[in-house]
Formats: sequence, structure tokens, C-alpha cells
Amino acid sequence: MKGKLIFGIAKSLLLARWRQTLVAAVGVTFSIAMFITLLSFMNGLNDLLDGLILNRTPHVRLYNEIKPNKNQPVNAALKDSYNFISSVKAGITRQEIYNSGPVLQTVKNDPRVLGVTPRLSTQVFFNEGTIDITGLINGIDVEQEMRLFNFGDYVTAGSAMDAENVANSIILGKGLAEILVADVGDVVQVTTAQGERFSLKVVGYFQSGIQEYDKVQCYASIATTQKLLGKPANYVTDIQVKLYDLDMAPAVAKEYAKVFNVDAEDIQTANAQFDTGSSIRTLISYAVGVTLLIVAGFGIFNILNMMIYEKMDSIAILKATGFSGGDVNRIFLVIALSIGFFGGAVGLVFGFIFSVIIDNIPFNTAALPTIKTYPINYSPIFYMIGGTFALITTYFAGYFPARKASRVDPVEIIRGK
Amino acid sequence: MPETILEARHINKSFHDPVTVQVLHDITFSVNKGEFVSVIGKSGCGKSTLLYILSTMDTDYNGELLIDQEVMTGRKDVELAAIRNEKIGFVFQFHYLLNEFTVLRNVMLPGLRLARYSAQEVEHRAMERLKMLGIDHLADKAAYRVSGGEKQRVAIARALINDPHIIMGDEPTGNLDMRNSEMVFEIFKELAEVHNQTLLIVTHDPGFAERSGRIIEMEDGRIIRM
Repeated sequence: MKGKLIFGIAKSLLLARWRQTLVAAVGVTFSIAMFITLLSFMNGLNDLLDGLILNRTPHVRLYNEIKPNKNQPVNAALKDSYNFISSVKAGITRQEIYNSGPVLQTVKNDPRVLGVTPRLSTQVFFNEGTIDITGLINGIDVEQEMRLFNFGDYVTAGSAMDAENVANSIILGKGLAEILVADVGDVVQVTTAQGERFSLKVVGYFQSGIQEYDKVQCYASIATTQKLLGKPANYVTDIQVKLYDLDMAPAVAKEYAKVFNVDAEDIQTANAQFDTGSSIRTLISYAVGVTLLIVAGFGIFNILNMMIYEKMDSIAILKATGFSGGDVNRIFLVIALSIGFFGGAVGLVFGFIFSVIIDNIPFNTAALPTIKTYPINYSPIFYMIGGTFALITTYFAGYFPARKASRVDPVEIIRGK
Repeated sequence: MPETILEARHINKSFHDPVTVQVLHDITFSVNKGEFVSVIGKSGCGKSTLLYILSTMDTDYNGELLIDQEVMTGRKDVELAAIRNEKIGFVFQFHYLLNEFTVLRNVMLPGLRLARYSAQEVEHRAMERLKMLGIDHLADKAAYRVSGGEKQRVAIARALINDPHIIMGDEPTGNLDMRNSEMVFEIFKELAEVHNQTLLIVTHDPGFAERSGRIIEMEDGRIIRM
């Protein structure tokens, strides 16, 4: 009953000054809309840039690092002394992962693992006339790579599966293909590090969006790569693991390193700089969004202050006829919060509309073959934060004017006439 | 023994800004139920100041104030607001209607705040009072669209909505012409005589005061006649 009365009075005061109210609400609407648009766009961009690297990066990578053995025999023999050993060589370390078949099987059966795929990479020279161009051939399980790391998205010409289906075939990086002037269907000459020469048929182009990368990287099936190296079918140098939960990567990496006696690198360690970049971009967009809201808050503060000066008489008589300071306080808070609520709600809708518009603006760049329009992240979290912030800012914008109104001394106003 | 509605005991008040001036000296009097009391005196004699203390809106005084035989002195703002709402009706020199509302709604507001009756009943009671004052045809008009004399009658209707123990007026006819002043006086007189309503009206219209039931005259912050 009392609440209804307070709402009724607040509503009448609001509607009596609907132009001012509208200006205040438009301020909130604008800032919330911009807040949502900015965050959606910024995060869309973040996701895109992260995806460029992170989607193609395994969450955990198992490999054998070429390095000297830590346990040198002399240390075992002379335990009590400090031994100086110079020029230690990584003599008998192999790049190959030992026992790769059972390791793959064990990892595959781990319930935390979404998928696992072997890989082996090798340095080669592409022979272009008299010039040798360095390249890196990645032997991959094409089907698994397509499933886990969106490999298919980045093959811009030809077909990814042909690498598996056509014998002695290769997918060239776009940049490398341009240097070699090799079209799909052409044959390129390759010299391996061991000095063997091979002819490989180009079945597609690969374009990652990172030019330096595309000038070096090529892909072939595991079998083809093993043939290049003259190695048996169980020879792999990397095992790539994709987990269900990315955040578990460091723990899983540590565990696998111990269990399989290999080196393991998690995605967080491998790509720390991307995380930093993303979080700073997000921080900046939040800062801008919050600043917009605070500016809108000052707008509401001003308008409420003006309203209170205008309505001094009304406040005085309300207090004289039995409305307490608290009631008056509540009336003005309700006014502020309804501006925040309605302005904010419309702002959320506009924010969504702007996001959709941006999402439909064409954005074609050679560097990003899979992107056709500007990226937008439609996370509902932004809308929740925006809505909450609209209410909080308007509450504080209304708090001080409302307190002032509640402290109006009716005697002073009435006697002043 | 008539029932005492309002009692002031040794009320003193000083203004401290810019220098301390005592405006009320040891005011002691009481008002019984059904009395029509006028407070008169020259400008600056403290009669309005006294009225605002009696109305509980001004709490900065020494002494004791009783309304309906209950002590008002030292109570909290919220309690005093509730007491004003329930037991006191106000008519000021200026009407103080809320322009955002209709005449009817203005009259209803204190009744809705009290919430003793449902909204429909409050509306019905508001209409009754408007009818009694002969302005029921204005009920749905916006408050700022009625004339000065009518506004003052709306303000009286608003003061009556909660059946207050006492109606306090601060120069209620001060802004009105002869005809409207006369009308307002007649309303007060009728309230006092027919409805046994207690009234305490501050005025400096001697004609008004003389025709009321009892006169309290003040000079320099003291009561010199009662």
C-alpha cells in the first residue's frame, strides 16, 4: 500500500517532467548501448585473435626435447664432489616419442581428453631452380586435425582430405606457394635434411592468417612424412592433446610428463602473451564502458537535483502532511532507479541491435580466410554486467539528491513564502 | 471537564543565526476539543514560529508539547511524521497543492499515506469532503487549473481527509480576497460548530479573529491575552 503510493508519486513526478526524464534516460540508454556494443565487439575481436593461435594450438603437447642428459655418469660415480663437465652433448636423445602407440592409446582413454592426434615435423628444402627454400613439413592425421584444430578452415584452395588420400601429396602455405609459384596440381621438389630428394604433388594451400608462418609451414599426411624421413610407421615427434577444459592443461601436462617420461608443454605456458593481450583489451573496454555510465550517472544526478529544487514546495507539503524523510528519500530513489531501469533496458536492446549491425558489416582480409564479417561476442554476461551497472550507477546518482530531498525542512520552505 | 487536544508547557525558542534572539518566552496554554482558537499579533511577534512548534515540524525548542495528551517533545522524525499524518490537518497561506496531481488525488494523498482505509474508501471520503466544501465538480481537474479560492478549499479538504484532532492554519486567508476569505471563515466556523472540529488559526486579520471562539494575542514572543 505504502510502496504503491510511493511508486505512484514517483511516477507522477517523472511524467510531469517527461522531457528531462527522457534526456536522463537517453543518457543511460546511450551509455549502456555503447557499453554492450564495445564489449561485444572487443571480445569478438579477442576471440578471433586468440582463435588464430589458440584454436590451432594443442592444450598439451608431448615431445622429446633435444638436450643433454641431466644425469651424467660422472655425477653418479663421484657423488660427494662437484664435477665440472664442459661441452656436454645431447648424444643419444632422440626426437621420437618412445612407445608412441601405447601412449596415444592411454591418452585417448583419459576421460579429460577430447581428442589426441600425433604429429611429426621435419625441416626440408624446397628446390626452386638453383635456390633452396627452407620449409617445415608437418605430418598430421588430417581427419583428427580437422576435428580438433579446425584444420579444414585454413585450407583455402584444394581439399584438406586430399593430403590423406593422394599419395606423396603436400599442402603448401600460401606464402610459400607464391614463392615457389606452385599451383594446386603442380609437383614440387623437396630435399630432406638427410639429403634424399622427393617429388610431392601440391593438393592445396594453407592460410593461417600469420604471414611469416605461411611462408614456412606445409602439411602432409603422417605416412608421407615418415616416408620422407625414412622412418617406420610408429615414428612420431609430437603428440597433441585437446582437453575438454582448457584450464586443466598445466596440471595434465605435468602429470603426462611424469607418467610417460616426456616433455610436456601446456597452452598457457606456450601462449602466455596472448592471455595478457586479451585481458588488457578487455580491461580497456570495461574502463571505457564504465566511464560512459558514470557520465550518464552525472546527468541523472543533475536532473534529479534540479527536480528537487523545483519540487521544494511539494516536498515540504508531503512532509507537513505526514510523509517522513524516509518516504521522500524513497520517492526520489524510485525516480532515479526507474530512469536507470528503463534507460538501461532500452540500452541493452540497442546494444544488441548495434552488435547485430556490426556483425553484418563485411570484413574481408586476406590474412583471415574464415572471417567474412566483423566478429562479435554475444555473451549474456555483458548484458548482465551492463544491466547491473545501470542500476548501480543510477542508484548512486539518485542517492545524494534523494538524501537532500529527505532533509528538506518544511518549516523553512513554508515560512519562506 | 472538556478534553484537552493540544497543550504547550513553558515553550521557549531562540534563533541563533546570526545572533541569538529569543523569539518565544515561556509559552504555556492549552486548547480543548471543539475550540476555534485564533492566534493574533503583529508581524514578528512569533505567532508563526509558535504554530510550527505546535505542528511538530519544528523540533528545535525547549519546553514540552502534548498533542492528544501524548508528549511530542523528543520524538523521532518518523513518529512525528506519522502523528502529523493522523492527527493534524494543515492549511497554509499558500495552498501547496501538488501540480502533478488532480484535485481529488491531492486530497487523497494524506489518506493514502495513513492507509487506514482502502484506496476506494479514501477516494469516497475525499469526494465527501469536496462535496461538503462545494467543490466536488473540480475533482478531476489538474490542481494548477483551479482558482485561488478554490485551491484553498481543496487544501482544507486535504486537511480534513484523516479526521484530524486539530486543524492548524497559518494565515489561511492571507492571500485571498474578501469574498473568498469570508467563504473560508464560514467553512472553519461550520467545522467548529457543526462538526465539533478543533481549530488553531494564526491570522493578523482582526475581523477574522474576533468572530472565532477564542483569541490568543501575542506580543514580542509572549502571550498577552488568552
